[in-house]
Formats: sequence, C-alpha cells, structure tokens
Amino acid sequence: MSTTISAPPSDVKPKRGFGSILQTLARPPIGSLIVLIAFCVIFSIVTNTFLAPSNLSLVVQQSVIVGTLAIGETLVILTAGIDLANGSIAVLGTIIAGRLVNDGYDALGCLVLAIVVCTLVGVVSGTLVSRLKLPPFIVTLGLLGIVTAATRLISQGGAFPVTDDLLSWTGNVFTLGTTPVTYGMVIMLGLYALIWYILTQTAWGRQVYAIGNSPSAARLVGIPVGRRILSVYTFAALLYGLGAWLALGRIPNADPNALQTANLDSITAVVIGGTSLFGGRGNIWGTLIGTLIVGVLRNGLTLVGIDPLWQDLVTGVLVIAAVALDQLSRWRRM
Amino acid sequence: MTAMTSLIMETRGIVKRYGHVTALGGVDFELRDGEVLAVIGDNGAGKSTLVKVLSGAINPDEGEVLLDGQAIHFSSPLDARIRGIETVYQELAVAPALDIASNLYLGRELRRAGPLGRWLRMLDKPKMKREAQRHMDELKFRLPGITHAVEDLSGGQRQGVAVARAAVFARKLVIMDEPTAALGVRETGQVLDLIKAIRDRGLPVILISHNMPNVFEVADRIHVMRLGRRVALTDPKSHSMADVVAIMTGAMPGTDPVPEA
Amino acid sequence: MKRQMRPAAISFRCKSLLASAAILGLMTSAAVLTGTGSARAADQIIVGLVTKTDVNPYFVKLRQAAAAEAKVKGVKLIARAGKFDGDNEGQVSAMESLISAGAKGIMVTPSNSSGVLNIVKEARAKGIIVIALDTATDPADAVDATFATDNFQAGVQQGQYARAALAGKTPKLAMLDGTPGGTVDTFRHNGFLKGIGIAEGDPAIVGKQDTNGQQDKGQTGMENLLSAHPDINVVYTINEPAAEGAYAAIRAAGKTKSIVLTSIDGGCLGVKYVAAGKIAATVMQFPKKMAQQGLDAIVDYAKTGKKPTGFIDTGSYIITGTPLPGVTAKDVAFGEKNCWG
Repeated sequence: MSTTISAPPSDVKPKRGFGSILQTLARPPIGSLIVLIAFCVIFSIVTNTFLAPSNLSLVVQQSVIVGTLAIGETLVILTAGIDLANGSIAVLGTIIAGRLVNDGYDALGCLVLAIVVCTLVGVVSGTLVSRLKLPPFIVTLGLLGIVTAATRLISQGGAFPVTDDLLSWTGNVFTLGTTPVTYGMVIMLGLYALIWYILTQTAWGRQVYAIGNSPSAARLVGIPVGRRILSVYTFAALLYGLGAWLALGRIPNADPNALQTANLDSITAVVIGGTSLFGGRGNIWGTLIGTLIVGVLRNGLTLVGIDPLWQDLVTGVLVIAAVALDQLSRWRRM
Repeated sequence: MTAMTSLIMETRGIVKRYGHVTALGGVDFELRDGEVLAVIGDNGAGKSTLVKVLSGAINPDEGEVLLDGQAIHFSSPLDARIRGIETVYQELAVAPALDIASNLYLGRELRRAGPLGRWLRMLDKPKMKREAQRHMDELKFRLPGITHAVEDLSGGQRQGVAVARAAVFARKLVIMDEPTAALGVRETGQVLDLIKAIRDRGLPVILISHNMPNVFEVADRIHVMRLGRRVALTDPKSHSMADVVAIMTGAMPGTDPVPEA
Repeated sequence: MKRQMRPAAISFRCKSLLASAAILGLMTSAAVLTGTGSARAADQIIVGLVTKTDVNPYFVKLRQAAAAEAKVKGVKLIARAGKFDGDNEGQVSAMESLISAGAKGIMVTPSNSSGVLNIVKEARAKGIIVIALDTATDPADAVDATFATDNFQAGVQQGQYARAALAGKTPKLAMLDGTPGGTVDTFRHNGFLKGIGIAEGDPAIVGKQDTNGQQDKGQTGMENLLSAHPDINVVYTINEPAAEGAYAAIRAAGKTKSIVLTSIDGGCLGVKYVAAGKIAATVMQFPKKMAQQGLDAIVDYAKTGKKPTGFIDTGSYIITGTPLPGVTAKDVAFGEKNCWG
C-alpha cells in the first residue's frame, strides 16, 4: 500500500451547470449585488431623478440607522443567533441621551453613558445566551419587551427634541463634489470597513465564523466558545449604541416610538445580504448591500409613484428568495 | 525499567469510580516513543474513561499519570494540549465552511509579525497557507488545494484535516478516539495512512478503536482492556486477531494478572 | 437618572450572571422609580380607560387628565392601553379585564372604529356605560356617548388654511398619512381634501406616504417625495411628529419658503414648531376635555343613573403664527396655554 493518500478528482464534488450558478449566487455578496445593480438600473431608466447625487445620498442617509444596526445583527447571526432587541436598545440609547441632556447634563457624558448602557444590555443577552445556554430568540425577545418598557418608563411617554450639537453632529452635512454627505454616512461606512477587517483579518472574526458554522468543532479545537459569544453580543450592542447616536443625528428627536420595525428591518437586510440564518456563512458587505436594496426600493418606488406598500411586498419576496437560495445551496453541499 | 525506547506516557494504578461503579480498577499503561499503541476493549471495558484520563478530560481518583517520567496533573484538556498532547475525536472537529488552512490553524491562528500583528491583530494568511501546505506535503496527505472549503472534501479527507491538525501541533503524542468510526472503508484507509505518516515523523500515537483489522494494520503494540483493567499488553506479531478478541472478551486469559471477579 | 446609572457602568467588567441580574434590576428599578403609582382602596366607583397606546404623548395626557379628574371626584381609575396603534386585540383584552374588575363605566379610544364593537356590546349588556373618547365607533351609537374632536371637521379646517395660504397657486400636494385604515387618519385625510378643495385621485395630489405618525418615517417619506417632485408646494401631515420629520426634509432641500406645511393634533411640541415657523398651521384638539367630560359623565351615571348620549364635540382650533383672511384661527399664545403634552 502506498503511503500517499490519493485524492482522485471524484473526491471533490463536481460543480457544474445549475449547481455552480447556484453556488455562485449563494456566495455572498454576489447574488445581492446583482439584485442591487438591477434595481438601480431599472430606476435610473424609468426616472430621471434616481441617479441625481442628492438622491443617491438620500438613499444612503435613510439607510444609516438600519444599516448600522444590521452590522451588529450580522455578527449575532453569524454565530447562528438572532437579535430581536437591537432597535429597542438603540431607542433606549437615544432616550437616555436625549432626556439627560434635556435635564441639563453634559452632552458628551450623556452620550457615553447611553452607549455604555446599550453595551451593558448586550452583556446581559450575551451572558444569558452563552452561560445559561438560553435560545437567542427567546433572550432577545424578552429583552425587546424589557428594554422597550424601560425606555417608555424613562421617557414618561414624551419625546425629547435634540438641540445639542454633539448629539446631532452625525446628521451634519458636508459636500463631496456635488454630493451631500452626512457624518453619519461616513461613520456607518467606516464601521462596515472596521467589521470587515475584524471578521476577515483577525482570529476573533475567523472564530466567530467557526462557532456559527460548527459549534462542536469550535469547542473541540479549543476556541472559548462562550466567551466569544458573549463578546459578539456585547460588541453588537456597542454598535447599537453607536446606532443611537446616528439616529439622533438623522432625526434630532429622541422618541420612544421610533425604530419600532428596526429589528426586523435589520434582519431583512442581513438575510437579503446573503448571510445564512444557520450561522457561519456571510459577508458584511452583503449586509450593506441588503440595507441599500431596501433603501433603493423605498426611494425608487416613490420616485416612480408606486404605492409604497409594494416596497414591503418586494422586500418580502427578496427575503424568501435569499433564504431559499441559502437552503438550496446547503442541500447541494450535503 | 528496561524498555528499549523511553516511555513517553505512563500511568500506574489508575482508579476511577462513578458512584458504586468502578470504571477503572487500577490501570497501568505505557506508551513508547515513536509507536502506534492501540487501546482496545469491549464496550464498558473502560477504554473511553482511560482516554479521558490521558487527554485531561477527567481526573483519576487514585494512581498517577507520568509524562516523560514526570508525574503530572491535567486540570483540563487544554492543559494537556499545552503540554503537547493532541486529541482527535470521532466527531468531526472541522468547520465545513472554512478552508483547509483555516481549519488547520483554527483556534491557533498565526498573526503577522510586527505592529500589524501586535496592534492590529492581523492574521498572517499567507504564512498559514504556506505552512499548512508544507505540513500536508510532509504527511503525504494530498488535498485538492489548501484554500478549498472543507465541505468540498470527502469524509475521509475531512477527518484527515483534523488528524493533520493534531499531528502538526502535537509535540509529545497524539490521541485518536475512534477516528474512523464514522467513515467508510476507503476513507478509513486514508486516515490509517495518515496515522502511519505521523508515526514516521516520530510522534507516538494512541489509537482507540473497535476495528480489529484497522488495529492490526497500524498498531505496533496493543493494550487490551477488560472490566476496567489492562489484561494484556501485546503486539500483532505475538497474538493473532482471534487471540486478541478472545482476550478482550475473556474467553482466553491475558498476559497481565486477571481481574478479580 | 444619572445617579442610578452609574453603578451599572462600574460593573461593566463583571462577566458573571450576577452582573446581568444587577443590570436588569437597575433598569427595572430606574423604571419603577420614574413610573407612576396607582391602585388604592376598594369600595370605590371604578372607571376604566383604554387608550390606543401608552407612548403617544396625546394619550398620555388624556390618561393624566382622566387620573386628575378621578382624584377630584374620588373614584378609582384603571388605565389600560393597546401595545401599538392598531392593536385591536390588546384593547379588547384590556376591556375584558376592566369588566372583570367591576368597572362602572369604561372610556375607550378605539384603535379602529369597529374593532371593539363586540366587547362594547358585552359591557353594555352588563350595565356598564361605555364612552368613546377621541375616536367614534362605527356605528356611532354602539357606545352610549362619544366625546371627541370632529376629526373630519378638523381636517377641513387644516385644508381650508392650506388653500388660503396657497393664495390661488395651483396646489401640488404631498400627503403624509398616518396608518392605513385608521379611523381618525381617514377622517382627517378626507376632511383635508374637502377643505382644500381637491378630490381623491386628482393629479394635484402628487404623492402619499404612510408615516404611522412617526418623525423618522415622515422625514424619509418627505425626502423621497421631494426627490420625485421638487415642485411640491403644500403638505398635509397626520400629526406634528410627522410634520417635524417633513420639515427636516424640506429644510434640507432648501424649500422652506415655497412649501406650506400644515399639521393637526395640537401637541405642545407642535405649537412650538408653529411658533418657530416650521409649521404654517396646526389644528389643535383637546384631549384633556374629552377625558374630564367623559369621566364626569360616568361618575354622574353611577350616582344618578343619568346617561349621556350622542356625539359631544370637544372642539378644534387652527393655531398659526400667520393668520389669514377668511380663516378662523387662534394665535400661538392660545396654543401654548391649551396644548396637551
């Protein structure tokens, strides 16, 4: 017997025809990028306003909050978790900062405190998920209720207009050529780049993928799975806290009613972006593209004059299509 | 002790009880440098308990474990790993979506030298690929390409990746707990070849297996467990497969003292 | 608040369950401390109040006014609410529990004018007086009486002001609606169109967006509408948060001069926006009055057996800083004095 292990070509599963197209589309963010480009092409043909720099800037501005929350959501989903509380955590952040600044406290301190409190909520959910092994869906569903109630009790039913320059700074605009750009947009894109780096260029990121992909393997090779999961939820909640700051810049009013659908919107963006709800597969740029797809649809359909309810319908179709594609490519891999 | 080669790992009188059940009733064990030692035994003979003691997963109630002649105490499997002992499990310890090189270095990723690695904690992907390829070549483990996702590999190759990882990082010895139990015949052959390649590198291997033909193909010596004791320490040359099975099941007396009823 | 949050910040590095429990505890205690106490002795007349949500300042004020009036009259008020605007099911279960609690009368602001009909019938069959506040039921005589703004009429006022402000210019109307299917939303929408003199489906309506009465959606909707139709010159908004969002979009587009932004509701924040010139005019309604009058009617019934009937309009006024000829309006000072929330 030869001591060489032969690897005949048949050991590698063939990738041809339909299967290979499927695999390519399922590899994030290729499929979602195609969809985004297709919508952009369609809207730039049927309207003459879509491609205007100010309009494109608008689409991104409108995507800043959900886009940022979706970054944290991506991290959580990569570990095969889910976070239903991200929007409510961000609202808690806006209310804490908004109310305390209204009460006359120092803006920087209030902002930092708000972000710290948001992060602590992540410590709570991360601890419950990683130490008590509670299902993330239930933990974050519970926190959604708790955080929402806390927010409303703190706000006493009122909203707090934000006049402070620091809190609303992220909404300030500068121009790049003729394109208006807000600092919030820059921060969001910067966060995407940062998370891309962390996910793809550091051991932490690679281990996050491994934990979502195969938690038992991650444990067997000695990755501290519990600690990593705790850090993911904590880090995600820190991003939600930053999302709160971006929200105050976009809408300079801390309103307990705001962002009620942000959790589902961000999950939508992550899923359309090609990240698998089963964990371990996905791409952070896909999430940005998923967010932009929803923004482009909302904007484009308004420009065309189509009832905005169609946006929800098309988004729903895309979500199901994205998950179906993921599932199909999973079956092919098995 | 007048062994031809030095003993890498040794246990003396290991006892492990679970309530009233005595899983290990005073087990002696020895692993020589550069050998493949098979540990066999019927279900309930105490194989897996012994392996857990050797890999640091559990602590014995009595007796001592020696590594390179030094008495040691493992606080956890991680502790055993730090001391150079790697374990391969029956369960596939690979992340299917990650590529081969990433899986090889999973949990032990290499960082770049200099500030990029120290401050930005940047992975040294080229080096990991290069090293992974070098190790695979040394083990004569041919793979479609170090950047292929593990899920593109056959079951035997996937387990091969886990075995290779153990071989790369083990400094003292490799423990393999039923590594081929979930594999087909041809795939099993691939893993057995790897085990031989590891031995050829000079690393001793403890192979726990149910499969007699496998054991007789690769083992230098065979440690037979029965009722929580070692009943024989033999080798494929002095006993036939049928004899070993007979010792294992109690139909034939072993070479070591017979356990009291 | 600041004090209570600090210890939580210190425990940031703790990773144990204890820490998480402590944080949860802090959040809860902070919440409880800022919350309002309720529940007192038995043997009192119990009056129930079911509002649309607990978070809209409009309903918070309505509840507070009812609570204050209940104190004056020495009755016990149990206030419940739906979870969100449109939560019919939540309102029905709230009414069910109020019936079990032995309420003499129930005031309800129906999320949907037909959503609570069955439970209202059940309550009345048990001799409980049911009064609709803010929003009429359909049919209106399903309840004993309704204390509300005539929202259609209020919408008409808003529309009339808009028409006067356009001063003969051809309207290019953007409509920032509330929630599709909402009763009040529909009355206001239709009233506005009647007041401005545009029929539904007229091309003068260049676009509509649903805002759920929220600022962020108002802003996003208005931004997109302005991108599509830079020539918009008049805007209808369902309430002032939506109007504030619209204003942010209009200001960013540099069109504050060319667009007449109108709203409706009369919240104190809305009056501030009017005073600041962000909103041209808003139509104010009087939730405190509804709550006071409704509660008084129930107490009266409990004591004397006399029932109120029919629709009692609690009135609405245009509040504006720039009064226009031919449109009856009140000034900002009146608005500041009478606003809710």
